[in-house]
Amino acid sequence: MATTLAKAARSVEYAARLEHVSKSFATPGGSQLVLDDISLDVAPGEFVTLLGASGCGKSTLLSLVAGLDEPSTGTIRTDGRPALMFQEHALFPWLTAGKNIELALRLRGVPRPERRGRAEELLELVRLQGAYGKRVHELSGGMRQRVAMARALAQESQLLLMDEPFAALDAITRDVLHDELTRIWSETGLSVLFVTHNVREAVRLAQRVVLLSSRPGRVAREWEVGIPQPRRIEDAPVAELSLEITEVLRGEIRRHGKH
Amino acid sequence: MASTDTTTTGAPAAGSVEAGLDALETTRSSRTPWRRTLVDKVLPPLAAIAVVLLVWQGLITLRIVDDPTRLPTPGAVWGAFRHDWLQGRLLGYIWTSVSRGLLGFCLALVIGTPLGLLVARVKFVRAAIGPILSGLQSLPSVAWVPPAVIWLGLDDSMMYTVILLGAVPSIANGLVSGVDQVPPLFLRAGRTLGATGVKGTWHITLPAALPGYVAGMKQGWAFSWRSLMAAEIIANFPDLGTGLGQLLENARTASDMAMVFEAILLILFVGIAIDLLIFSPLERWVLRSRGLLVRG
Repeated sequence: MATTLAKAARSVEYAARLEHVSKSFATPGGSQLVLDDISLDVAPGEFVTLLGASGCGKSTLLSLVAGLDEPSTGTIRTDGRPALMFQEHALFPWLTAGKNIELALRLRGVPRPERRGRAEELLELVRLQGAYGKRVHELSGGMRQRVAMARALAQESQLLLMDEPFAALDAITRDVLHDELTRIWSETGLSVLFVTHNVREAVRLAQRVVLLSSRPGRVAREWEVGIPQPRRIEDAPVAELSLEITEVLRGEIRRHGKH
Repeated sequence: MASTDTTTTGAPAAGSVEAGLDALETTRSSRTPWRRTLVDKVLPPLAAIAVVLLVWQGLITLRIVDDPTRLPTPGAVWGAFRHDWLQGRLLGYIWTSVSRGLLGFCLALVIGTPLGLLVARVKFVRAAIGPILSGLQSLPSVAWVPPAVIWLGLDDSMMYTVILLGAVPSIANGLVSGVDQVPPLFLRAGRTLGATGVKGTWHITLPAALPGYVAGMKQGWAFSWRSLMAAEIIANFPDLGTGLGQLLENARTASDMAMVFEAILLILFVGIAIDLLIFSPLERWVLRSRGLLVRG
């Protein structure tokens, strides 16, 4: 528990801070600007969703924050190395569910005798006690994403990045995982930066919704979501705010059809 | 109702839906009963062998082939087996070849694995020897026998050299294609977990490349065995010990067709047996544990 105290004592005022971040990729016809001058703070313990249509560079932005790629200009600071969850579960099929989590612990330097117990705890946190010895292919899509969540949590990072992690799931499973994520977020006090193109999902989960415009991606607008948790995706206030955000998003998309 | 939900009543509700979903979507795998295995897997090849024996005996009984120096009877071949077994020589022949083959194969593994890793990971090495390595796979390793005899003489080291030249390219190429086929997502996931450099190779790349590596090993064994037989037929000296290749060559010089058949059948069966006992189970285990083996 000493590590938790040390982290609290350090008391950084952000979990992630992006300052004037731009990213362009070289293409045959010159360079293409994907992200343009993005400044964004994620406070410790805050849940932020990044929302945008396709082509807004939201996944690129997440890769930059995760440190998998470098911004062309601007700076990104995070409190330690963030954990990252993908749309695909990205679990290693040669390891069992439990060993996938233990690998994350091992790479973080957790000594061997502690790993097994810690992995079981994390599986319990995502309500998969008993799945320790299961192979990845023996688990359902929802269970795989929960193991992936447990593996990401095993990194004990202050910031969890999620790249459309529930997009490939059916509606009922996605609903359940929204509940789980909200519960785990409030239990652990993590900061979450969650990327999605699903407006309702964004409003259901987040404290703050950041809308990105497309080509290049810029911060178009932000909304504070004041609806108290636990929320449900079919709640009237969620639907109302979603409608408002969808209108703005449509406007953003429409701009591209004009020329 | 939803608005009256509190966390205490909401959470178990979500949990029970979740438990139901988990139970519904979990696939159950069960082992096939042995009786099924017997009917599906063991019976068909036995039937095929029976048909071959019948046709063979028929050719002789019906006097379609009427020359024992060209086609011996199944009984005569059986007699050759029996004779060598009773003389206590049969296992000796097999062991001489199998021990050479497996030792050569292990050497090939020791050389081919680091070579494959080097080609897969170092751009310059790949550009330099990658094409030669995959080209060598299509060169029959028998072609190495004459130069190996001239360089090393007719002894064991010549046989091992021929085995290595046959098996190393297969093993190295298997590993290279295994590494090439590692999904980029695994590498990205590994990097976010902190598996970079040597740790990334050890924890992510190598285990992810295992199916390709095992396929390369399987092919490497087949090539080892073929090369060894070619080498044994040519390097035939009494003091080298008699392996199956030498047995075949001795039978030819003695014009003993039953013994020729005995040697050919032994070479075939030993090759199949090693594959069935070592490489196929290894491959099945690797694929099944990853859910890559779909049962029909």
